[in-house]
Amino acid sequence: MYDFEFVKPSTIAEATKALAGDGAQALSGGQTLLPTMKQRLAAPGTLVSLNGIAEMKGVCKGDGGLHIGAATPHAVVAKEAAAHYPALAALANGIGDPAVRNRGTLGGSVANNDPAACYPSAVLASGATVVTNKRKIAADDYFQGMFTTALEEGEFITEIAFPIPQKAAYVKFNQPASRFALTGVFVAKYADGVRVAVTGASNDGVFRWKEAEAALSKDFSAAALSGLTVDSSDFIHDLHGTPAYRGNLVKVLTARAVAAA
Amino acid sequence: MTKVTMVVNGKSVSAETEGRTLLSGYLREGLGLTGTHVGCDTSQCGACVVHVNGKAVKSCTIFAQDVAGAEVRTIEGMANADGSLGVVQQAFQDHHGLQCGFCTPGMVMSSAALLAENPKPTEAEVRHYLEGNICRCTGYHNIVKAVLAASGQDIAAIPAE
Ligand SMILES: Cc1cc2nc3c(=O)[nH]c(=O)nc-3n(C[C@H](O)[C@H](O)[C@H](O)COP(=O)(O)OP(=O)(O)OC[C@H]3O[C@@H](n4cnc5c(N)ncnc54)[C@H](O)[C@@H]3O)c2cc1C
Ligand code: FES
Ligand code: FES
Repeated sequence: MYDFEFVKPSTIAEATKALAGDGAQALSGGQTLLPTMKQRLAAPGTLVSLNGIAEMKGVCKGDGGLHIGAATPHAVVAKEAAAHYPALAALANGIGDPAVRNRGTLGGSVANNDPAACYPSAVLASGATVVTNKRKIAADDYFQGMFTTALEEGEFITEIAFPIPQKAAYVKFNQPASRFALTGVFVAKYADGVRVAVTGASNDGVFRWKEAEAALSKDFSAAALSGLTVDSSDFIHDLHGTPAYRGNLVKVLTARAVAAA
Repeated sequence: MTKVTMVVNGKSVSAETEGRTLLSGYLREGLGLTGTHVGCDTSQCGACVVHVNGKAVKSCTIFAQDVAGAEVRTIEGMANADGSLGVVQQAFQDHHGLQCGFCTPGMVMSSAALLAENPKPTEAEVRHYLEGNICRCTGYHNIVKAVLAASGQDIAAIPAE
């Protein structure tokens, strides 16, 4: 790993200043960024740790639903979101292993937008709002393809606000070696309709399965999915699964999520 | 170079670090606490697990400067005050929870973190919690037995599988 200058601001304002500099990059839990830096795939000149910013940590109920600070580790979400949004807490509790959950954060995961990550599906299925140091971004505008988001230079996530659904569930088919989702589906039922977000399937990263949303909005039951087909032509193909295999998983996992919600 | 101070195993310590110095390197090279093992260096194997402010974390995937001032506990801090093995360590010895011993420091630290959160875990909970700790020798059964024994539960009924 190349060396860098390490800074650890204690407010969002200070972090904004530090990240405006050339070659500066945000560090949260480091569970993705450190391995990337070790491989020299990233070599920031300055690393700005967001772990010392109290206003970016914690879980609380507010106008936008459940507000979670971007620097909140998965283990804290698993515990503190449980009473308000159990499906989201369960998702956090299924990420990686306990040591990863004690360190990895909501903001780091959603900023990274790994095509097999769990949180992006919760953000998209909840129609959450991604709050940054500069603006608020609707989930539907935020995710722009694998490892690509609406975040601009110097912009970082400060919190995410999740509208709380009537019912929801996330079902993940584990990839046992990486502990990521081979494929995962988040289903959330709101008063104005159902949202279904799929991770670990498409080469474009997380996406909404709109046909299932329409069917489930009319009839929230696994049976409502039976006539639907999943277009897997642009799905991920790797040694763990073919596009057709993932396409089938999407349907199976959506049905399981509906049953579990 | 920046001097980083932490409380490690109850003692205030400091060592010089670069920005890129990992917590595992700070402990091993900076302080000579080589009980913390580095197996994969890619946050997969769990050999390097230590406690930071009471939570199990992978020390190969944390920068030392990011945890300046923290309370850190390593395998060297797991023995009793008189130098005898701590409860979890003793259970690993009694139940043959190790063979080569490479994974053991991380296993013991993860197990201790589990027992602090959940003093009487079920067998399934132990297996689930140790998901991030890889052992190439034991086949895990004796590790699971050791953790259950350390929790004070009767392990006679657990089959060797
Ligand atoms: C063994 C293992 C298993 C895992 N299993 C899973 C799993 O099952 N499911 C899953 O979803 N994930 C999994 N992960 C990934 C884990 O959840 C990471 O913690 C997460 O993807 C990144 O979060 P982080 O806080 O560690 O971010 P970092 O590694 O610190 O940062 C990741 C990227 O985001 C940027 N960044 C960080 N914070 C912000 C911010 N607030 N605003 C803008 N940009 C930011 C960084 O610059 C970097 O580019 C696993 C990781 C490991 C090591
Ligand atoms: S050495 Fe840290 S997880 Fe393997
Ligand atoms: S005892 Fe050898 S790796 Fe676990």
